[in-house]
Amino acid sequence: MNEGTQDIPAPLGLLAELTHRCPLQCPYCSNPVNLERRSGELDTAEWKRVFGEAADLGVLHVHLSGGEPTARPDLEDLVAECREVGLYSNLITAGVSTDEERLERLVEAGLDHVQLSMQGPDAQINDFVAGMRGAYEKKLRTAKAVGRLGLPLTLNAVIHRHNIARVGEMIDLALALGARRVEIAHVQYYGWALRNRASLMPNRAQINAAMQVVESAREDLKGRLVIDAVVPDYYARFPKPCMGGWGRQSLNVTPNGKVLPCHAAETIAGLTFETVREQSLADIWYRSEAFNRFRGTDWMPEPCRSCERKEIDWGGCRCQALAFAGDASATDPACHRSPLHGHMLAVAEADAKEEEAFVYRSFANAGAP
Amino acid sequence: MSDAPSSEAVPRLPRGVRLRHDKNRDEWLLLGPERLFKPDNIALEILKRCDGEATIGAIVEDLAQTFDAPREQVAKDVRAFLVGLAEKQMVEFA
Ligand code: SF4
Ligand code: SF4
Repeated sequence: MNEGTQDIPAPLGLLAELTHRCPLQCPYCSNPVNLERRSGELDTAEWKRVFGEAADLGVLHVHLSGGEPTARPDLEDLVAECREVGLYSNLITAGVSTDEERLERLVEAGLDHVQLSMQGPDAQINDFVAGMRGAYEKKLRTAKAVGRLGLPLTLNAVIHRHNIARVGEMIDLALALGARRVEIAHVQYYGWALRNRASLMPNRAQINAAMQVVESAREDLKGRLVIDAVVPDYYARFPKPCMGGWGRQSLNVTPNGKVLPCHAAETIAGLTFETVREQSLADIWYRSEAFNRFRGTDWMPEPCRSCERKEIDWGGCRCQALAFAGDASATDPACHRSPLHGHMLAVAEADAKEEEAFVYRSFANAGAP
Repeated sequence: MSDAPSSEAVPRLPRGVRLRHDKNRDEWLLLGPERLFKPDNIALEILKRCDGEATIGAIVEDLAQTFDAPREQVAKDVRAFLVGLAEKQMVEFA
């Protein structure tokens, strides 16, 4: 039963970063720049315990992610455990290392949904961005296998300057592959993406054009394809409610068991994150300092404190505030009410003109910038 | 397009969509990929009858009798509800 900590809602989603290992090297990867090695990963029994605790806590959806989650040989076991405890399981995969037999075993174990990342609508752009030759062909094979097995498929198209003009083709590809849903996800600038911002950032005209393509496709394809678009906030007036608000809806568990309110939370110095190796998920969710630090609205400074939108966007992204204001409790500079909004816009516009090469995500490039 | 399914159409939950009772919150939930839908009482009664066998006609009939409600109104509500969910890919018609 709910521990009934009155004002704190139970979480809905858990992102399980099963491993940081991945055959791809996407330069916008949301993993931290310091990647965790295999030896530090939670083992099968530990993950199973986490899923049980998550279900008890009220979590409904589990996103099995990474890195590349299929790099874990025990993935079938973990999926089966999710089904056992009643969690809806979603596999977030790059789709370059799973054959149909493996997928079939995962389906038998009770997998509910597959989310396949796509770096571009053809082999040339896809493989260039992913940093792996032959990746595109493998992804297509995975998508078709998912279809044959009757599992619902979401295509996750990560959008940045190098493929933004091709959003329409990405949507067409999703249709052709029988996806039920496509996510047009503009790169969020933290982790590896922050390091590569100057080579990824699109300009405002490019973003507007892409948004129009999405809008009209959405109308045309109603009932056939669900299109979810995460609008980039560098050029917006208001920030997004990061993760639906800090400590309100979701939690992340990293490969070595740290529990985070969002992907990038570890970039915030001065916050300590508890681990599932030492505490229960419920204790961490309801009582840990990190989850309570930016929860709700009490921590907010002006202009958020007296703003009518404070329970809509919850003050935006803490990590972005930190990156720009040097202070994680500042108003997200994506908000036009932030004194740093102009500065952020200028940075984005300057970056959009740069011609930097990618720093690919790899263990070799990990560590200090 | 998913407009106007006939009363012979059989609504069902597609693979990857699950209706379940959540004991923590003590409520019924319809779960899909990145989707969460909280059915109200009427919606729940409709969803529980989407077993992949009953036609829309049969579901309407059953609801009209169970709740002693005017059949036409029930038919209209059931259709509107199912078509709305079908647009979100949370229901499909066989
Ligand atoms: S973003 Fe790319 S590199 Fe990072 S985990 Fe996903 S597929 Fe691998
Ligand atoms: S001032 Fe704060 S609460 Fe208001 S819109 Fe901006 S970020 Fe959101």
